[in-house]
Amino acid sequence: MSNDMKKITTPLTSEVLEDLKIGDRVLISGVMYTSRDAAHKRMLDALDRGEDLPADLAGQIIYYVGPTPAKPGEVIGSAGPTTSYRMDPYAVRLMEIGLKGMIGKGARGPAVIEAMKKHGAVYFAAIGGAGVVIARSIKEAEVIAYDDLGPEAMRRIVVEEFPAVVANDVHGGNLYEVGYKEFRKD
Amino acid sequence: MRTIPSTKISETVRKMCIQAACELPRDVSDALEKAAAEEKSPVGRDIIERIRENVRLGREEQRPICQDTGVSVFFIQKGCDVGVDGGTLGNAINTGVKLGYEDGYLRKSVVRHPLDRVNTKTNTPAVIHFEEVEGDKLTICMMAKGAGCENMSRLRMLTPAQGEEGVKDFIVETVKKGWANPCPPVVVGVGIGGTFEVCALLAKKALLGDLGEKNPDPILARIEAELLERINNLGIGPQGLGGTVTALGVRILAHPCHIASLPVAVNMECHAHRHVKVTL
Repeated sequence: MSNDMKKITTPLTSEVLEDLKIGDRVLISGVMYTSRDAAHKRMLDALDRGEDLPADLAGQIIYYVGPTPAKPGEVIGSAGPTTSYRMDPYAVRLMEIGLKGMIGKGARGPAVIEAMKKHGAVYFAAIGGAGVVIARSIKEAEVIAYDDLGPEAMRRIVVEEFPAVVANDVHGGNLYEVGYKEFRKD
Repeated sequence: MRTIPSTKISETVRKMCIQAACELPRDVSDALEKAAAEEKSPVGRDIIERIRENVRLGREEQRPICQDTGVSVFFIQKGCDVGVDGGTLGNAINTGVKLGYEDGYLRKSVVRHPLDRVNTKTNTPAVIHFEEVEGDKLTICMMAKGAGCENMSRLRMLTPAQGEEGVKDFIVETVKKGWANPCPPVVVGVGIGGTFEVCALLAKKALLGDLGEKNPDPILARIEAELLERINNLGIGPQGLGGTVTALGVRILAHPCHIASLPVAVNMECHAHRHVKVTL
């Protein structure tokens, strides 16, 4: 693997966020939270009712994943990213309360991209389908809320050198809009 | 009449589900090896190498290569001289899926109703397509079909006047619309002709073709080659981050159709193209 990787840790500071540029390959270490469709809906419902979220998301990253069940002795099952646009209806609200990073796969909508710029947040693309490789970087995992949702439960995970690429940066850069230009043949 | 005990079918299906989730078939891993050599983007090459490492680890450690272990889709070819002893074939398959997804620690991704969305916690019901053929054999093809790519699939009822060009443009446009979402490098399954529902079914069935083999229909073989080039020229690349390998292959099936119709369906499939075939 290439050695021009940026190593970053969570929670993400504004200094780190400013430095990240689209196309940067990063290795992320520290605590992050997992949540996808159903858990996002519940978090937003909780905010609407004026309740606290299962975790303080200030400066944190949410990883969009629904892992396979862990086998005995495993920290977590296979754990690659799910498609992110489905979380677009919820993401802006979470950035408003301090969320600084999201990890998933696929492009985000205009409202989310605008909010990333406004709130200084970053979107990382992880490799869809690389469930075993990514699971290896997850060292601890515990369900912290919505256990009844099974694979969609919200987890607190601790990662070491989780591999991802910066797809949207705080400067408004969007890798999905520029990455292909160099390789397109008309 | 030859008979097969339903318990044997269930046990076979149980093993197929686990194998499909953990072991990528040879035709797909060969296509990934070729893609690694051809990809021009450094980020794209990194991604393909990690995907290949993932495939190797899945096989060695018997862990699911992707956490979306999919809806279990079956294509059954049942010989007219073979029967099932001890229940229906459908029940035997569903029992096997339930066992496989439990024993293999696979993710159960099926909800009982599309609107109330309560997980059945068994990954059943499976989607099963039956076909009766000559002979006394039972052939079971299973695909673990993830939703990231399935959601990017499309169907259109074209007019005969739109012809081959219309069909090709629709296919390329579908890949372009999906961009990164279906987890490129993708496999593109296409159905042309038939009726509304037959066309969609053909697109899925087309995915079961071996990526290394040439389409026996010369017209379709030509179109497949042409489309693969056009799709890779889009520059979408691995995971949509830019690159020269957007698709590992295009597979097309065609069917006779009405004088007024030209249906075309595109079933998108991710690089984790998991399928297993067993004949009993």
